[in-house]
Amino acid sequence: MGAIPKLAAVVPASRLDVRPAPEMVSSGIPQLDLLTGGLARGCLTEICGLASSGRTSVLLFALARATQRGEVCALVDASDAFDPASAAAAGMEMSRLLWVRCGEKSPSAGCAKTGAFRGMPSGILRAAEKRFGFSRCESQLGRMLKVTDLLLQSNGFGMIALDLGDVPVSSARRIPLASWFRFRRAIEHTPTALLVLEQQPIAGSCSSVLLKLSGARSQRRLSAVSSQLSGPPYSELPHSELLDQFEITAELLCSRLERKLERKPAQSTASFKNRAAWAR
Amino acid sequence: MFACIFIPDFPAQTIMRFEPELRARSVAVLTGRPPLEKVIALNERARQSGVEIGATKSQLEAWENLVLRARSESQETLAHAALLDCAQSFSPEVEDASPGIVLLNLAGLEPLLGPLPKIAGDLTRRVSQMGLEANIAVTANPDAALLAARGFPGITLILQGYEAERLGDLPVDVLLESFSSDADEAARWVEMFDRWGIRKLRALAALPEAPVSERLGQQGLRLQKLARGAASRTLRVLEPRLNFTESVDLEYPIVLLEPLAFLLNRMLEQVCARLQERALAVQELHLSLELAMTQSNGYASFTRTSARIFTRTLRLPTAMLDAKVFLKLLQLDLQAHPPGAPIVKIRLSAEPARPRVLQSGLFQPVFPEPEKLELTLARIAGIVGEGRVGSVELLDTHREGAFAVRHFAPAEPEVRHEAKRSENRKKTKNMCRPTNESACELKENLAENTKEHAKEKMSAVIAMRLFRPPLGASVTVREAKPVRLRCLAREDIAGEIVWTAGPWRSSGDWSQQEGWSREEWDIAVSAETGLVLYRLVQDKLSGNWFVEGTYD
Repeated sequence: MGAIPKLAAVVPASRLDVRPAPEMVSSGIPQLDLLTGGLARGCLTEICGLASSGRTSVLLFALARATQRGEVCALVDASDAFDPASAAAAGMEMSRLLWVRCGEKSPSAGCAKTGAFRGMPSGILRAAEKRFGFSRCESQLGRMLKVTDLLLQSNGFGMIALDLGDVPVSSARRIPLASWFRFRRAIEHTPTALLVLEQQPIAGSCSSVLLKLSGARSQRRLSAVSSQLSGPPYSELPHSELLDQFEITAELLCSRLERKLERKPAQSTASFKNRAAWAR
Repeated sequence: MFACIFIPDFPAQTIMRFEPELRARSVAVLTGRPPLEKVIALNERARQSGVEIGATKSQLEAWENLVLRARSESQETLAHAALLDCAQSFSPEVEDASPGIVLLNLAGLEPLLGPLPKIAGDLTRRVSQMGLEANIAVTANPDAALLAARGFPGITLILQGYEAERLGDLPVDVLLESFSSDADEAARWVEMFDRWGIRKLRALAALPEAPVSERLGQQGLRLQKLARGAASRTLRVLEPRLNFTESVDLEYPIVLLEPLAFLLNRMLEQVCARLQERALAVQELHLSLELAMTQSNGYASFTRTSARIFTRTLRLPTAMLDAKVFLKLLQLDLQAHPPGAPIVKIRLSAEPARPRVLQSGLFQPVFPEPEKLELTLARIAGIVGEGRVGSVELLDTHREGAFAVRHFAPAEPEVRHEAKRSENRKKTKNMCRPTNESACELKENLAENTKEHAKEKMSAVIAMRLFRPPLGASVTVREAKPVRLRCLAREDIAGEIVWTAGPWRSSGDWSQQEGWSREEWDIAVSAETGLVLYRLVQDKLSGNWFVEGTYD
């Protein structure tokens, strides 16, 4: 029996759970960076919020900043809602953004292609959706998942964003958790930041950061002003006061990143204002 | 020194080049009008089994395992072009002697490519990679090289002064086949030499010159000089042509994509090998498929006369040279655009370009590999459809939402500005005198701070989420303002309008048929989840209302 060799290079078991902190990149909004530390590369970040909560503005601005840094980005658009004019106003370098439109070409095109529903009028299809729970969103989501898989495998993207903002929560929740685990595993140790825009959190424990956005303050202001005015239900609040200073509140619901900050952030919310494109 | 590349049984080898599985079998190549086809070329196995040149098709019926193929001139042309490419990758002086025979001048190449035996070995290996088996001969003059390559199998190296001795063992037929333009005349010469008892070149070379001149004239003297290996001439140098095309005529029409991909793979490999020899890459790939049209009178018949051509072009954003990537791209393209009829002929040509030169740096942002990116884009296009993946380009028009989706080809990343800036700063510092150094620094810091401040000040822009197509809506108007909204397609977009701003009127293209005129309103609608901001549009031409999108 020879002497047991010393295993000097082996990492002790006690240190195996220490993961290197991910590289953080700026989202372009200082208040948001202060709250979350930025957007983490190699991690999944969820941005959730209802309609008119400012979630798309935040997503487009983050993508714009990434393209300005010279990174190549991709936007997987589940419901074909991307507005190129808004992106250009946010400062996006369009040549560096890959836009994948997963929505149907026409409202009933996707269903009509799938055999049984071929040639049906759109009214009947809508009725079928209601009655049998059939949803054209599912085919969109299937395409979106396939496309995302391909993009993650191809490497080299600085930021990949999945826009599920208009997908109903019931459909979005049908995305299997295994898909999110696969996505998380695919971007781990890569320089890609994966952002998911949605109405409610759906990725569970796969997301590293979960942000909730709301435009409640602006809406409260609008409600207050409109309620003060008598007569017709519409208010006379100037256009510039609402759209030019649209206030967004971001709440950090969950963060699984080990942040090396000198001190913990004092609060879990941050507010910032959006500007209208015509007011710049 | 000169080298000669000779491909024995060239018509048979060109067929085996495209069908490598035939190498293990006896192959005979036929030409002529049916039923009078005759054998013009054989492979070694067929020759060993007793098949002879000139045998008719009916005579060949005695051989069971013999594979018969019709002569393909197009494949011979392509194989010869490939051979020339190969020779030109070794030497700039190349002569196109005849199909399957190429001469090269090796003078001055030894310091670059190594000693002559090594060059000959490399030539053999390179030709073998192209799917052809060649005889290579290296001698001091091109005609002797041609004779040696025709007469001796494998690699032959003849030192200067030993030509007559080595060539002497060859039969006179080889000389006459090589240098006689007319086959009948060559046969007459062979018969005459045979009557004189001259069967080897050594015997012809040993004849005294004066009697040869008296009896056979200048032609006889020339043949004797060639037999001695003493003829000298310069090469008729071929101008390099940049035509990278491969084509194949199919015996049976192809219907499925899988066998087509199998053939395309071979053709792509050949094209890429030829391009690689010239240090070039592919910028464009043109695939041309000749389709057989089926008759509609009950039975299908495939005729070349009624064929039509189906073409596809792959335009690559950057020049690349990877046969596997090209094959996958072609497969995906053909899956999306099937030819629609059986294929009887395939032609593939490549547009050459200088290969991409890129030096990556530590400070460059991540960037997808162009080859991988192209494949990914093609696969995504297969999932979401053509024209639904790419980069957006806003069109120069006042029409709302006018854009075009272009092929995604991001520019290569540049060196980051920070690195450049630090270099510039160093230069500026060196230029500044010591007394002004602090002032310079202060100025730079101020400029940087201003830029940083401007960046920080830049806030997010309120974005729009569009409904494609816009949702038709029923709108109640009071005092020329919308007060209530009900969306026809989505029940959740309905309710009292609590705030409006507008209208903003725009119109355009009035001189054309597709003229447009619209009024935009920004509205807030009270919903269950709170207030939602929409853009409401009225088409002034039709009077219809649409919800175009949400401010988000």
